[in-house]
Amino acid sequence: MIIKKSGQLLTRKAALGFAMAIFAMAACGPATGNEPKPQRQGELVHLLVQDCGSCHGLTLKGGLGPALLPQNLTNKDDDLLSDIILYGVPGTPMPPWEFEISKDEAIWLVRRMKEGNINEN
Amino acid sequence: MKIKYFIHAFVFVFAVIAHAPAFAGEAEIRGSGDLGVIIERASGSVQIIETTNRTKLFSVDGLGDLSHASVVFSRDQRYAFVFGRDGGLTKIDVLLGKIVKRVVQGGNAIGGAISQDGKLVAVSNYKPGGVRVFDAQTLEMVADIPASYGDGLLSKTVGLVDAPGNRFVFSLYDAGETWIADFSKSSTPQITKFKNIGLQPYDGLITPDARYYIAGLFGEDGLAMVDLWHPENGVKRILDGYGRGEEPLPVYKMPHLEGWAQAGGNLFLPAIGRHEVLVVNATTWAEVARIPVHGQPVFAMARPDGRQIWVNFAHPLNDVVQVIDVDTMQIIKTYKPGRAVLHMEFTPRGEQVWISVRDRNVVEIYDTRTLEKISELPANTPSGIFLTARAAKTGL
Repeated sequence: MIIKKSGQLLTRKAALGFAMAIFAMAACGPATGNEPKPQRQGELVHLLVQDCGSCHGLTLKGGLGPALLPQNLTNKDDDLLSDIILYGVPGTPMPPWEFEISKDEAIWLVRRMKEGNINEN
Repeated sequence: MKIKYFIHAFVFVFAVIAHAPAFAGEAEIRGSGDLGVIIERASGSVQIIETTNRTKLFSVDGLGDLSHASVVFSRDQRYAFVFGRDGGLTKIDVLLGKIVKRVVQGGNAIGGAISQDGKLVAVSNYKPGGVRVFDAQTLEMVADIPASYGDGLLSKTVGLVDAPGNRFVFSLYDAGETWIADFSKSSTPQITKFKNIGLQPYDGLITPDARYYIAGLFGEDGLAMVDLWHPENGVKRILDGYGRGEEPLPVYKMPHLEGWAQAGGNLFLPAIGRHEVLVVNATTWAEVARIPVHGQPVFAMARPDGRQIWVNFAHPLNDVVQVIDVDTMQIIKTYKPGRAVLHMEFTPRGEQVWISVRDRNVVEIYDTRTLEKISELPANTPSGIFLTARAAKTGL
């Protein structure tokens, strides 16, 4: 559903992206549920606001990428959303972030976004 | 009696205080040719600076979400039009450091342009997808151009520039089209549409001679060009297949084409998804060279005399700036100013370059001849730097 929202022209590619995300979800290990340490939390929120913000907007209300506000995410699965962060969406500009974000961290970010709690300080 | 004197004295003092700004303004009459605007991304504010003594003159806040902001200037270089992410269009008097007028014209905007005659300001919107055009004097809306395509869909618009003949040119990200909106005859524009230019145009530029509009494509290996002298010839694909079919690297920040640089008869362009600056001959449009660089370029900006190209990079390699010598096409300097170098701007004749370093909360200033750092100014998460000399340049 998220993928569909991100760009109507990309239906075929979106389907591929969705399939890739499902595949990635199956391929990766389960999250341990550990919360990042406070310093890392700060780094992650900085990354979310500043770098995700390049495409999704500093307040996550959307830009070239879709809006990531609580109402856009609320009915979506944490695991799927965190995999989109980790592995990206092929055929769209959404890149994979697994080189610097772990599964647990991605889940933690998804929950922050769902709460609408993205203040840096 | 005493009370009466007191009241007179009070009224006099009050009158002096009330008029003080006017007196100061008269005492400090100055031009605006060496002024500029620095966007402070996180705080929704801007600084007005001057490049002669390299100081801050004013701070102006209340500009909304500036996560992606850009600025154009009135032809007299007194007013800055700031385009914010949240659809805010703010007109600032740079001499007084004050907001003159602010409207929120859309839900989600990406940039803007000012017409050749200086009377129209256009804003490119993601939401609602299209371009809106405003009277530069009053910020009243003059024209609304929904970017409609397909079955009643609206496309995000990107790469909006002004072109000679009071035209605006922009591209439709979702539709893969380039449109020309011609305001030369009336405020109801004549629209020319170029369809099927390629997948996902993400930004555009107009060459410094204002003849060619070029859209960069995210979804394809190449660029789409329109000759504005001969729009009847349609769209031409250039640098087709520059990625040679290789899988592009993931892109952590879209390149910005406004900074595409023309120097020595060549255009220097950031390659998308590659650690390269592409060099293309601006007459034949053939690839001349590709210069390996530190990361994926975001801006490749030519010093005004065309002798150097300064390049910054996408996350996570965004702590570096490299300088390319146009003569030899070699990198002659690599700086490491700090995390998140977001923008670079040359003074009008190119003796200084101002570089924003977001995570260090500074703007660094370099001498482009000696390549030494001259000084730095504090700024709150600085991003774009825009100097008033842009007022005289088509496409900026």
